[in-house]
Amino acid sequence: MTTATALRAGLVSCEACGLLSRAATATELGHCPRCGSELAWRRHESIQRTWALVIAAAICYIPANVLPVLTTTALGSTDSDTIMGGVVFLYTSGSWPLALAVLVASVMIPLGKLMALTYLLITVQRGVPGNGRDRTRLYRLVEVIGRWSMLDVFVDTFTVALVQLQPLMFVKPGPGVVFFAAVVVLTMLAAMSFDPRLIWDAGSTREGNHG
Amino acid sequence: METLACPHCDLLQGIPPLPPGGTARCARCTSTIAARSTDPIDRPLAFTFAALFAFIVANTEPLMGLSAAGRHASTTIVNGAYEMWMQGQQITAFIVAFCAVIAPGGYIVFLLTVLLAVRRPPAPRWVGELLRWAAFMQPWSMVEVMILGILVALIKIAELALVDPGIGMYAVGALVVLFAAIGLTFDPGEAWKRIEWTDKRAQRAVTRESGRAETRP
Repeated sequence: MTTATALRAGLVSCEACGLLSRAATATELGHCPRCGSELAWRRHESIQRTWALVIAAAICYIPANVLPVLTTTALGSTDSDTIMGGVVFLYTSGSWPLALAVLVASVMIPLGKLMALTYLLITVQRGVPGNGRDRTRLYRLVEVIGRWSMLDVFVDTFTVALVQLQPLMFVKPGPGVVFFAAVVVLTMLAAMSFDPRLIWDAGSTREGNHG
Repeated sequence: METLACPHCDLLQGIPPLPPGGTARCARCTSTIAARSTDPIDRPLAFTFAALFAFIVANTEPLMGLSAAGRHASTTIVNGAYEMWMQGQQITAFIVAFCAVIAPGGYIVFLLTVLLAVRRPPAPRWVGELLRWAAFMQPWSMVEVMILGILVALIKIAELALVDPGIGMYAVGALVVLFAAIGLTFDPGEAWKRIEWTDKRAQRAVTRESGRAETRP
C-alpha cells in the first residue's frame, strides 16, 4: 500500500497553523516559515510522554474516588462525601438526570479515557495496522469529551464557596478534590501529547516513529 | 486547489475551493481538515465582543445566593477559587481559576485582538503569536462544564437551604452560547492567511508560485 502521506513526500505540516512546508533535511526541520513554530514529523516523544501521563492519572484516580471530596457540617452533624457519595445523594434526592450526568462525567469518562488511551498506545507500539479510522475516531472522542470530567471539581468549588454560614452550616473541600482535578488535567495533557498520526504510520513504515 | 496534510493521519490531499459554509473531510480518517465560513472575520468578531461583555458580567455578578436562618450569602466565580485556596486547596483553586477565568478570558482577549488586526491584511507577525496563544487557551476554557457544575451545585444545596440563581449564572449561560457561535464561525486558517510570515522570503516565493499557478491556462 503506497499512501501519499506528508512524511513520505518529505513534507511537514505545522501543528500550529497548518501550513505544509518542505523539510530542509530529515533531521533538522527548523521552524514553520509562516508562524515560526518548531516543526516536527510527529509530536515529540509522543508515546513515552503519553504513557507517563496516563500512568500518573491512573494512580491519582484511586485517591480521587476513595477520599472524600466534600465535608458538610449542618446543625452539628458532619458528613463526608466521595464522588460516588455525591452521585448517590443526587439520585436519592430525586434528580436522577443530574445524578447520571455526574456519574458519566466523573466516573465513566475518566475511566473510559484511561482505557482508550492505553488501547491506542498499545496498538501503536505493537504496530497494529488496520482499524485506523475507528481508532482515530476514538482519539477525537477522547479529545472532545475529556474536559467534561472537570464537572465535579466545579460542583465542589461552588458548594464550598456558597455554603459558609459558620457555625450553623458549612462545607469544606476534602482531600479527594485535588486528586480528581489532577486526573482531569493529566488525562487532557495525555490526549494532547498523543499523536494520532502514529496510528497510521504503523500501517506503512516503521521509520515514521520519530517521536 | 490547496494541498494540505490531514492533522490526524498525515494524508496529503488537494482541497478544492470550498463553497461558503462547506467543510472538507479527510478521505482516509474522516477528520474535518478544512472549513469555510460565510463570514470568517466580522461575524466571529461580533460574537467575541458580545462574549467579552458576558465574561465581565459573569465575573462581577454573583452566580447564586443562599438564604438560611435569616442569613444570606452569595458567591462569584473568583470567590469560588478564593474560598478553595483559603480552605487549603491551593492546587485545585489554581486549576479552577485557570479553567473558569484565565483561559476563557485569555481566549476572548487574544481572539479579539487577532480578529481586529486581520481585518486589514497583512497583519503583523505578533498577531500570529496571539493566535497561537488563543489556540492554547481554548481546550482549557471550560465555561460549558462550569454552567452544568453551577446547576448541580444549586440542586445539591437546595436540599440544605434556600438558593436563588444570580445574574452571573445567566451571563455564564450566554457565554456558553457565544463560545459555540465563535467556534462555528471562526476559521483560523483564514486568519493565518492574513498574517505576515516569519520568513518573508518563503512567503514571496509561495505567493509567486501560486500567482503562476493561477495564471496558468
